[in-house]
Amino acid sequence: MKRLVRHHLFWPLAVWAALLLFNLLYSPDFFSIVVRNGHLYGSLIDILNFGAPLILVALGMTVVIATEGIDLSVGSVVAISGAMACLWISKGADQNSPGLAFAAIGLAVLLSLALGLWNGLLVSGAGIQPIIATLILMVAGRGIAQLITSGQIITISSKPYSYIGTGSLAALPFSIFVVAAMFGIAALLTRRTALGLFIESVGNNPRASRLIGIRSRVVLISVYVFSGLCAGIAGLILSSNVASADGNNAGLWYELDAILAVVIGGTSLNGGRFYLTGTVIGALIIQTLTTTIYVIGVPPEITLVVKAFVVLVVCLIQSETFRNKIAERWRTRHYPAEREVTRHA
Amino acid sequence: MLNRKYLPVIVTVGLFLLMFAAGSLRYDGFFSFQVILNLLIDNAYLLITAVGMTFVIVSGGIDLSVGSMIALTTMVSASLVQEHGWPPGVVIPLVLCMGSAFGWLMGAIIHYFKIQPFIVTLAGMFLARGLCYVISLNTITIDNPFYTTMAQTKVRLPGGDTVSISVIIALVVVIAALYLAHYTRFGRSVYAIGGSEQSALLMGLPIARTKILVYTFSGFCSSLAGVVFTFYMLSGYGLHAVGTELDTIAAVVIGGTLLTGGVGFVAGTFFGVLIQGVIQTIISFEGTLSSWWTKIVIGLLLFLFILLQRLLSAKGRQAVRT
Repeated sequence: MKRLVRHHLFWPLAVWAALLLFNLLYSPDFFSIVVRNGHLYGSLIDILNFGAPLILVALGMTVVIATEGIDLSVGSVVAISGAMACLWISKGADQNSPGLAFAAIGLAVLLSLALGLWNGLLVSGAGIQPIIATLILMVAGRGIAQLITSGQIITISSKPYSYIGTGSLAALPFSIFVVAAMFGIAALLTRRTALGLFIESVGNNPRASRLIGIRSRVVLISVYVFSGLCAGIAGLILSSNVASADGNNAGLWYELDAILAVVIGGTSLNGGRFYLTGTVIGALIIQTLTTTIYVIGVPPEITLVVKAFVVLVVCLIQSETFRNKIAERWRTRHYPAEREVTRHA
Repeated sequence: MLNRKYLPVIVTVGLFLLMFAAGSLRYDGFFSFQVILNLLIDNAYLLITAVGMTFVIVSGGIDLSVGSMIALTTMVSASLVQEHGWPPGVVIPLVLCMGSAFGWLMGAIIHYFKIQPFIVTLAGMFLARGLCYVISLNTITIDNPFYTTMAQTKVRLPGGDTVSISVIIALVVVIAALYLAHYTRFGRSVYAIGGSEQSALLMGLPIARTKILVYTFSGFCSSLAGVVFTFYMLSGYGLHAVGTELDTIAAVVIGGTLLTGGVGFVAGTFFGVLIQGVIQTIISFEGTLSSWWTKIVIGLLLFLFILLQRLLSAKGRQAVRT
């Protein structure tokens, strides 16, 4: 039992389970999944489907945070990648041709890789603090996304492209498979090769890592490139889901949700250790929270207040100073009578 | 012989003059005192917020909650004045106290529990923005005579140009901050803590008090900016001032403040805000350029200034070594 509680996934999973059960009180058929036209429908599937972009962005954010960095530009990259893909498709002659959709996807992915590379070079090459380095792209990226869409919302009608966000494979939404693939690749690369260890080592102490022969710079650049790639794919899913690109609002606040998901998942902001599975559950908790708030009928904007308290509580629990202070109070808690007894004993 | 630490500020002032000169050459009617005053009128709230942010960044921290704090201030003022009929003379001190208390609380959490300022103020940002919606989901328009007078009164300067009352408030804040930063014990402690917290502690400086006061001051500034913003917009709304935290950080960085803390000038921040204003003005004068170019140019400037800072600090380290 004690080992179970100590496991890093215990608390995130417990919170998620509590949230899901709470939903059950409001809508008794919350857990029911029905098959209609060969597709699975249900609240749980919706949570997975709508949570897909957030999980992706949070996965990228996890490895960045593991190196004691942070990537604030993900929201902008989400917007840029969606805008680029939609622009390319809207320029094409036959919007339904698969070739055009693939070209658009390829272009958007390349662009997001390049944006990730830019962040990585700023952080590792120029040695700028990650918050600041990625802040540049966060500010300028919104402008670039609006530049691509000329400030308008580009609507497209491409069947192959909309498959990413709305299509389904084996009765499940296709986006879930995209997430599973990215998660699989990330987990394989970081847990089955030494790469994960390198990332944690760089997060703990970049200088010491370099001295023992790890190429800190390459590791740093690659985590930002990975984060850019994840954000780019998330942008594709989001824009294909609504068959349009909005440079202004797509991916707004995503960086904050992603950081929140990573922190809930147990990854420390101080770098040095990371949990990909924890992040996935963290993102699912956030998505469930949003769903819950819709189910209860509270205005969705109030989610922000709830999130604020979640961030604060999670960070306080993670803070060693806070834990020590509480523990100290616990240990030095003396009742007057107890003191009397011990004195006379 | 100029001190090297003033170099980023000089670059900022030079850039401002250059941009202004370029605008004056290119457009008719650009070269006038009123254009500069308009920069201040439109950016008074940004200037006040940026002054508070300068202290936070100089102390080595960051405050992401400023934009939400502005929105919360507009919302609380609008709700109390308009829906509950409170007199503005009570509401304005009340919201200022609220902002300061909010900042104080964040500062206390940051200091006593050693959580990164970034994440604590992020929670503060969520909280303040969410509280706006708890008050109301819609815009509350203000037609209280005091607020409309404050919004419409134009102060005539010698020479016939006019400024709004907000500008005067902003300038008073800048002057007070200049005094606070360079001539008081508090200001020196802030610089010392930003330079090295460990050394400041060993020197016997009051770390806890100074750090918490810095965030309290930033909270006060952002709620004052919220009051000014209320004069400017005459309404309270939860979506007011979205993204102001980024504009503010950009203004502070362009003003030559080092993000690692310890180096920075309130005067530089003043020009950082003016540069943002000039970019917006040039883009509106150009007519064919769209508003998103503002973001791209500010991003570029941010990049150049951060690079400049890196180069300067790298050179400084070499100079120490040799």
